[in-house]
Amino acid sequence: MLRFLIRRTVSAALILLVVSAVTYLLFFALPSDPALLACGKQCTPQLLATIRHNMGIDAPVPVQYWHFLVGVFSGRSFGAASCPAPCLGYSFVNGQPVLQTLLNRFPATASVALGAAVLVLTLGVGAGMIAALRRGKAADKVAMGLALIGASMQIYFFGIVVRYIFVDQLAWLPLPGYTSPGASLSGWAGGMLLPWITLAVVNVATYARFTRSSMLESLSEEYVRAVRAKGLGPWGVYVKHAWRGAMTPVVTMFGIDLGLFLGGALITETTFNIPGIGKLAVDSVADSDLPMMMGTVLAASTAMVLVNIAVDACYAVIDPRVRAL
Amino acid sequence: MTAAVNPANPAIVTSVSTEPFLQVRDLSVRFSTEDGPVQAVDGLSFSLERGRTLGIVGESGSGKSVTSLAVLGLHDRARTRVGGSIRLDGAELVGADEARLRGLRGSRMAMVFQDALTALSPYYSVGDQIAETYRRHTGCGRRAAGERAAQMLALVGIPSPRRRARDYPHQFSGGMRQRVMIAMALCCDPDLLIADEPTTALDVTVQAQILELLAEVQQEFRTAIVLITHDLGVIAGIADDVLVMYAGRSVEHGSVGQVLSAPRHPYTMGLLASVPRLDGAVDVPLRPVPGSPPSLLAVPGGCAFHPRCQARDLLPDDPCGSRRPALLGGDGGDGGDGHARGEADDGREAADGHAVACHLGAAERVAFARRTVEAKPNDTTRTEGTSR
Repeated sequence: MLRFLIRRTVSAALILLVVSAVTYLLFFALPSDPALLACGKQCTPQLLATIRHNMGIDAPVPVQYWHFLVGVFSGRSFGAASCPAPCLGYSFVNGQPVLQTLLNRFPATASVALGAAVLVLTLGVGAGMIAALRRGKAADKVAMGLALIGASMQIYFFGIVVRYIFVDQLAWLPLPGYTSPGASLSGWAGGMLLPWITLAVVNVATYARFTRSSMLESLSEEYVRAVRAKGLGPWGVYVKHAWRGAMTPVVTMFGIDLGLFLGGALITETTFNIPGIGKLAVDSVADSDLPMMMGTVLAASTAMVLVNIAVDACYAVIDPRVRAL
Repeated sequence: MTAAVNPANPAIVTSVSTEPFLQVRDLSVRFSTEDGPVQAVDGLSFSLERGRTLGIVGESGSGKSVTSLAVLGLHDRARTRVGGSIRLDGAELVGADEARLRGLRGSRMAMVFQDALTALSPYYSVGDQIAETYRRHTGCGRRAAGERAAQMLALVGIPSPRRRARDYPHQFSGGMRQRVMIAMALCCDPDLLIADEPTTALDVTVQAQILELLAEVQQEFRTAIVLITHDLGVIAGIADDVLVMYAGRSVEHGSVGQVLSAPRHPYTMGLLASVPRLDGAVDVPLRPVPGSPPSLLAVPGGCAFHPRCQARDLLPDDPCGSRRPALLGGDGGDGGDGHARGEADDGREAADGHAVACHLGAAERVAFARRTVEAKPNDTTRTEGTSR
């Protein structure tokens, strides 16, 4: 297990290095000049040069990238602003180191992601299990029909409709938004309710269908019949044995989705005005805030890479045959 | 023994202690498939005492595995209809509710599956899987069940059982895995063990070990064993009685000695001729039974074997394609469309417990058997000519 973790951490670091290099090249080699934007209307060549220098974009791109990497480990300063290690750049739009902003925004994103993940998993896997066990019966058809409708929904449509009906018209749900759970737990949950429901409705479908087919496959395994031959009841047969075998593909998919959620659910956060990393990414694009854009990309990749390590560890827990590899 | 029992009145049966331990009467299993209804087992009857082994032989699709699943009640209840009667120690299993069957499965009747690699869950250690069965039926604690698992692994000859109990199925060799499977089946001291092709997935030397293990276990615990196989060598090795199945029906039924050394059905003779014999001449070519078993969706009328039967020319009026022969000569009758020729008239062979469902009479059978022995596989035309 230790060797596994070391190996995966090293490969994760390499992946992030590659991702940062590619995004750096893509963003900073663009013809748009952030210094010119920052310089404003009364721009003199001297001022522009100073701003360039302060932004750290007066050197060739590979050298800039090297400065960026050095900054990650030892910090750097941008003119008068200092950016302590680990420095992922400095946002002149926000007047803050990028990492600081990301950390400030992360709780909102994490709230959306974890709540949605719990809902999606319980509802999706539950519906899929029921559909598989009642295969061909009414429960199966209803669950799969609802799943299909859910899967056809788009967040920016469904979210807005639900918000209009249940918040604006009926006032059954509180206005979506982010309150720190430390400040008010009920305010936090209330504000998150709508994003959670929306993300869940859109994603539950996939999990229900996936769980159903995986479960059906598992139920046809010889060992499930053997478990029945041992006299075990429904819990032992369906949950302990059949479900265990059906979990692996679901875990794979969940890893990808959780990574996406944690990297910032762009559309959900924008639709409901949740100040998370997804909203930050959208805003930074609007503001042409290159360091911040790069920071959000790195944050999303980090989330994906870390969740994938967790997923691989889960495989080993679920399936002893993986441990031998 | 069974003659004293009145099958029309089950109440008498339960009170008479001489009822066979396992008695299957007129079992039929029918299920619906996408291509239509399938009669997988039709009118099957047999009985089995404690400490005895019944071998059920047949090609794939002959209904032997379906029979074992029906005994355990493991068929898909939504799509399958089971008729007839299966009595285990006097208790009727056909139509019994699932909870009651669940209590019997694994404790009084257990099953050994063909391929232990697929029949053992890959996700739990073998010790856990054995202990799980034991706890289910005894309600004992985790520790005691773990003890029992190690004890069972030792019983089936797995070295250092305590350590091996923590291993997973994929960490065992094929033969050891089958031993684990047997240990799991035996952990609650079942009275009936159904072994569905228990040695087919194993290589020959390991096969012998597993069969020996089954025989030892049987001797020690007086287990009744139903051994399902397509391998007549296995049957010859450990069975007491043999039931030959074809297209869901019993075509021949008797003791091992009767069926293997004096087969009465052309199909059984064909099966025997297709097996190499150590005591025979080395240069005698093997003769496979021509053709392949029928699809259960379209079982031939009359005797289901007639399209493949090489003895039909011995019966001038050829009843095989139109009338189904009854299973006659055994202790259990089985209604066909008409009496078989020969036995029905003289009844000479009817009392020895060796039943066959075939239109051939005793004389024709002898003629056919002689022809089969003398025939060379590539000059059947000449043999047919001389026999007429």
